[in-house]
Amino acid sequence: MNEEKAVEEQSKPLVLEKLEAAHADALLAQDEVRGTAVVVVRKERAYAVLEYLKTDPELAYTYLVDVTAVDNSRMESELMQFDYARFMVVYQLYSYQGQCRVRVKVPVHENDLSIPSATGLWRAANWLERETYDMFGIHFEGHPDLRRILMPDDFEGYPLRKDYPLRGRGERERFNFDKQNV
Amino acid sequence: MQSGLERATGEKMVLNFGPQHPATHGTLRIVLELDGESILKATPHAGYLHTGFEKLGEHLDYNQYIVVTDRMNYLSPLSNNFGYVLAVEQLLGIEVPKRCQYIRLLMAELSRVADHLLWLGTAALDLGAFSVFLYSFREREKLYSIFEKTTGARLTTSYTRVGGVLRDLYQGCEADVRQFITDFPKALRETHTLLTRNRIWMDRTKGVGPISGEDAINYGLTGPCLRATGVAHDLRKAEPYSSYDEVTFDVPVGTNGDAYDRYLVRMEEMIQSCGIIAQVLDNMPDGPVNSENNKVMLPNKEDAYGHIEGLIHHFKVIMDGHGVEVPKGDHYCATESPNGELGFYIVSDGSGTGYRIRIRPPSFLNFQALPHMLEGGMVSDTVAVLGSLNVIAGELDR
Repeated sequence: MNEEKAVEEQSKPLVLEKLEAAHADALLAQDEVRGTAVVVVRKERAYAVLEYLKTDPELAYTYLVDVTAVDNSRMESELMQFDYARFMVVYQLYSYQGQCRVRVKVPVHENDLSIPSATGLWRAANWLERETYDMFGIHFEGHPDLRRILMPDDFEGYPLRKDYPLRGRGERERFNFDKQNV
Repeated sequence: MQSGLERATGEKMVLNFGPQHPATHGTLRIVLELDGESILKATPHAGYLHTGFEKLGEHLDYNQYIVVTDRMNYLSPLSNNFGYVLAVEQLLGIEVPKRCQYIRLLMAELSRVADHLLWLGTAALDLGAFSVFLYSFREREKLYSIFEKTTGARLTTSYTRVGGVLRDLYQGCEADVRQFITDFPKALRETHTLLTRNRIWMDRTKGVGPISGEDAINYGLTGPCLRATGVAHDLRKAEPYSSYDEVTFDVPVGTNGDAYDRYLVRMEEMIQSCGIIAQVLDNMPDGPVNSENNKVMLPNKEDAYGHIEGLIHHFKVIMDGHGVEVPKGDHYCATESPNGELGFYIVSDGSGTGYRIRIRPPSFLNFQALPHMLEGGMVSDTVAVLGSLNVIAGELDR
């Protein structure tokens, strides 16, 4: 049993092997970090890879745990690694069948903030993508209802971007309790 | 029987439910499109309690952020404290001593019972069962006394630290907890006699707000709401963290995924938690509570005042710009909080402050599935279904 385990640990996770075989041209990087497979995927192929991860009978990542983004503009090393793409959209997936996780990262450049929406694959993606849009301004193409979700509809700016100040841009001082949001 | 949609005649009325309605338990809002009493469309709105917790994570150091985690799911702050420090520790690559793991496990399970008890009381109150509210708050009060004695606070516990906990259990804690788990199952039986076979309760919850296992997974439901559909998934079993692999317990599941099953699952989870607590108390190891790693934990006061090394370590952990330095990288760590999968995705740039802290709250995804459960039902079911989901606004909006 122990020997078997040792062999398993040395070999690559199944998901990385299968992705390498089926979508080698889509992968920018791959790694295994603390037991989780991590892949960085080209934006044009992101939907195809996510669809493959969900529908492949051996992988069956049927549960979309989380969608979020990271603004790498203050992290030079990360920026350099992926052709100065400012944002990294991060999907966390879980497979009930294999009881394992995979993290899919997609670099997104600031001059083209659109990325295909995963709402066609998981209904959970709807609000998660709305939140990512709300906080970072990533535009999920094909999303049925891409509105702000946590911030007010008339809010300007994207609060979780690194250039947005912690204490805001004067929204609190300017807020007019009589006129706005009636 | 005709479904609500078949009864519809085409005249619509829009009803605004919330954001400040007693049955929303926090500020959230649902816009209901009604035809008579049938719900044609339900649109949930979130964000009324948005406080920018994720942004704060980029400006507070790793230990300071524990205070913020209290305010997420304010029914079980100890579970949030636990989930968060676990994520940081895994990123650091340190493991805390066995005694610390057991103490955290004890507190996490007690707060699971406390969370479910508050849910039980308020969900029953919404449907008119007032006695249950008093019964469950009576039990919850005993738990909050234990939390208060352990952590010094009832709600803002901030009990865990990166690499340990605030302090060891107080003297007499074991006796108090043992007393609780002896009395509690009896008290819970009283609630069972009030609700489980109660005609009104069953009419109001059975077959109300159902969701299938497949849909639940598609919507990303977790916790009791997922298990009520029959999917036996519990992160404490699937990815045993801390010392969950050393205790035995059952994972209760439902069959119909309706409000009644969610009620039954939570009721049984409380009993299972008592079983875990008993095992934890039986096997509670002696020894140090906190990690010996001086780069992470504060040294004890004698060292800080009496030895130069101790003083330096103290300085390094406390001072701005030093703090707990977490190696560069990212990590996602999920724990089974009372409401479901509570995940922390932490990106570190190698400094003492997180570069990005993402919280994956269970309530956010559970609330998203609400229209699926409501549409086609009756307007009075809204309260029953919303109550059964246990959406906590602090965690929903962060």
